[in-house]
Amino acid sequence: MRYLPHTDEDIHEMLQVIGLSSLNDLFTVIPKDCRSMKELNLPGPLTEWELNDHMDNLAKKMAVPPEYKIFLGAGSYNHYIPEAVRQLIGRSEFYTAYTPYQPEISQGTLQGIYEYQSLVTMLLGMDVANASMYDGASALAEALLMAIRITKRRKVAISSLIHPFYRQVVKTYLTAPGYEVIELPFQQNGTTDLSDINSLEEFAAVAIQSPNFFGCIEDLKSHGEKIHADQKTLFVTVFSEPLAYGLIKTPGSLGADIVCGEGQSLGIPQSFGGPGLGIFASKVKYLRSMPGRLVGQTKDKEGKRGFVLTLATREQHIRREKATSNICSNQGLCALTMAMYLAFTGGGGLRELSALNHDKAEYLKKGLMDVGAVIPFDTPTFNEFVVKFPPDYKITYNRLLKKKIVAGISISSFYPELADHYLLCATETNSREDMDAFIQEVKP
Amino acid sequence: MKEHLATTGLSLNEPLLWEKAKKGRSGFSMPTRDVDTFPIDSHFLGDIPELPDLSELDVVRHYTRLSQWNYGVDSGMYPLGSCTMKYNPKVNERQASLHGFTLSHPMLPSELSQGILTMMFHLERYLSEITGLPAVTLQPAAGAQGELTGMMIVKAFHKYSGSERKKILIPDTAHGTNPASSAICGFTPIPVKSNEQGILSVERVELVMDEDVAGIMITNPNTLGLFEENIRKISDIVHSKGGLVYVDGANMNAVMGIVNMGDVGVDIMHLNLHKTFSTPHGGGGPGSGPVCVAEKLEPFLPVPRIVEKDGSYFLSQDFENSIGKLHAFYGNAGVLIKAYSYIISMGSMLKKASQLAVLNANYLKEKLKDTFYLPYDRTCMHECVFSDKLQEKYRVTTLDIAKRLMDYGFHPPTVYFPLVIHGAIMVEPTESESRETLDLFVEACRSIADEASQNPKVLFEAPIIPRSRRMNETEAARHPYLAR
Repeated sequence: MRYLPHTDEDIHEMLQVIGLSSLNDLFTVIPKDCRSMKELNLPGPLTEWELNDHMDNLAKKMAVPPEYKIFLGAGSYNHYIPEAVRQLIGRSEFYTAYTPYQPEISQGTLQGIYEYQSLVTMLLGMDVANASMYDGASALAEALLMAIRITKRRKVAISSLIHPFYRQVVKTYLTAPGYEVIELPFQQNGTTDLSDINSLEEFAAVAIQSPNFFGCIEDLKSHGEKIHADQKTLFVTVFSEPLAYGLIKTPGSLGADIVCGEGQSLGIPQSFGGPGLGIFASKVKYLRSMPGRLVGQTKDKEGKRGFVLTLATREQHIRREKATSNICSNQGLCALTMAMYLAFTGGGGLRELSALNHDKAEYLKKGLMDVGAVIPFDTPTFNEFVVKFPPDYKITYNRLLKKKIVAGISISSFYPELADHYLLCATETNSREDMDAFIQEVKP
Repeated sequence: MKEHLATTGLSLNEPLLWEKAKKGRSGFSMPTRDVDTFPIDSHFLGDIPELPDLSELDVVRHYTRLSQWNYGVDSGMYPLGSCTMKYNPKVNERQASLHGFTLSHPMLPSELSQGILTMMFHLERYLSEITGLPAVTLQPAAGAQGELTGMMIVKAFHKYSGSERKKILIPDTAHGTNPASSAICGFTPIPVKSNEQGILSVERVELVMDEDVAGIMITNPNTLGLFEENIRKISDIVHSKGGLVYVDGANMNAVMGIVNMGDVGVDIMHLNLHKTFSTPHGGGGPGSGPVCVAEKLEPFLPVPRIVEKDGSYFLSQDFENSIGKLHAFYGNAGVLIKAYSYIISMGSMLKKASQLAVLNANYLKEKLKDTFYLPYDRTCMHECVFSDKLQEKYRVTTLDIAKRLMDYGFHPPTVYFPLVIHGAIMVEPTESESRETLDLFVEACRSIADEASQNPKVLFEAPIIPRSRRMNETEAARHPYLAR
């Protein structure tokens, strides 16, 4: 076996050093009634070539671009990833290292994560960011738990226009320890309705997604002002498409206390939903309540700049049950990927790409409207929007699937009141030609 | 004189990204614009982001230089105890980067995602075979999230059975994540002391086990690298009072094909695919922490679950007692692909991997037990724990030894953990290291022990070879400087 370096002679001699005669003797410390008597029933071992064949066959049974024309985002977005990102993240000094506990020989990871934290603060207009969480959904759950710790209140309000899967994760995380989660309804224009909240002082936090699940850009400034009518209640904002912040105002500039979300869009492959990247940023005054790892700048004993994991006294390996979170490993490599991606686009490039995404989606939206589709919400959107199709659209949808066009996703399973409503997305990867073909297909 | 592994070489300085940026540069190939401009409402329009602008080569050199400041498994031996830094097979990187996987959208109809669903369904079966626990969720994104999932299942099980229990028993040799995971779930962790042999005794568990204890959370093999040999009896005691047995499977690399956890009374166990099943640690993630459970706990597993019907695979939400959802989608699918590839590349050779991991650890233990203090001199599993007790008289600490190991070309072991050993040095060589590499490591350790007695100053100064010297961590914490 190519991954096991021991020759028979090695094994024999090493056993002699230990004073044993067989590999089985190593396990006699395990009581006999705890030892398994049967061999593992697993396929293989496969050779490298057999494995490649096997995996190629599985990969072929997936519907992916460019063969399929996919007009779907909903928390997972297809964007071009520069080849250089792919090759640099494939440097094994990055991916075969672990959490940088030993800073002297981990400066690559540490500087990379420090830069990531900085780029996140720049992108979101926030003071501090952590070294990442698992994904957008768990980042939101952790943000709400953080607000509960800060305010010592036991109830949170979340917009019903937060990604339905994120809301499901929030409920899982918060109901286990007995906290209460209420959902805020949405208005006619496809944005969150805060008017139902009449006793703000009960809430640790109010969370709003922007652009929201319908693709609509929320008026965060106005929401923030309402939420901050109670000085203690924290304003949490979340996102699933951070590319929007190349174009629209940052949540930090609009008053958010904690900003979190999913970073997949920025250089990370979709990979059936994971690994993604939980981005997490907050105002500096809440720094010591933050979950997750943090990298800080310092100097070595010769006065040279360097970076270390810091403020570990918040963390599980020091504070154990009193820690701010149980998180240990995070999504380090994905954080580094995002930093690389943003380093390639730069500020100007990100703006241009972001504007292009917006304009592609607008083109598709207008084209669909021209052939009779209804846009139910009149709020500006980024690269996703909801369309109301005629009741027989399901037939069209299935016909398009056969033609390898994925014409969005029905949202009525998440919002039963919105029958025949579909969520669509266009990014820089959807060509005008493909959009035109799609529009022609739905033309009555 | 024999050459050391570590040497000095050309290492290039590299500033922070924004220190080498210049407005107007870009390293990105902008897609052709084939649609008109549609202005966005000025109420929402933001400023152009203040991100650094660099050329493609600027960025390539930046990250190439940074990578050269890192030490990974591909650089050399990385005996970080409890982290199982085994070789990450290259071919598995290929599998995860196949376009059929990387470009796959998680919300397409199941019939368009049969490849990955087939893989996930079978991976669940393989992990079930390895642990002896029938039902599996692949959703948790890391070991700690697996623990949390497990604790939620414990909570849901008791709630369903009509008893709201509050306490979780956790031995003093547990990972720090264990008490944190149970506390997040609303449980009170009750510490249980390990005995003079470094394992849990039946009597001590019996003493604290009562009807308010929801379960016990054991790491087995434990963090001293010892097998919890009373596991069967402990399970019986916990079960007899209605509790559940959770095993933290971070150390499963010692016992694949050797211990069937289901058979010895374990109800729930998480695995770390980035440890036992060779997926890269990524400088701190992404990992993956599947949870395997006994039949009676299957109804509580997170949704969606992968179900098979007539040879096709579907995602089903249809489990009313499920604890819910832990991940936006289905977990770290890209990591699952690598672990799956590893398992079918190894097949029944996984047992051999465990045997050799244990052989390597015991070999190091024998070779080093006169060099460093060995608190528990018994056959260990995949790792062994030493301490700095023999070096104390020279005022040399575990930290000094760890830092000096870098000068010899090795990544240091896990230090100051587990907490039950003062100045712990926790060494996990894994099965990937050859005897020759282990001998080099032994030689380095012995040489460092000699230096400690004869010239401790070199240890206090260590490391001297890496591009950075010891960092001022106190200052970093006192005046946090966390972003530009």
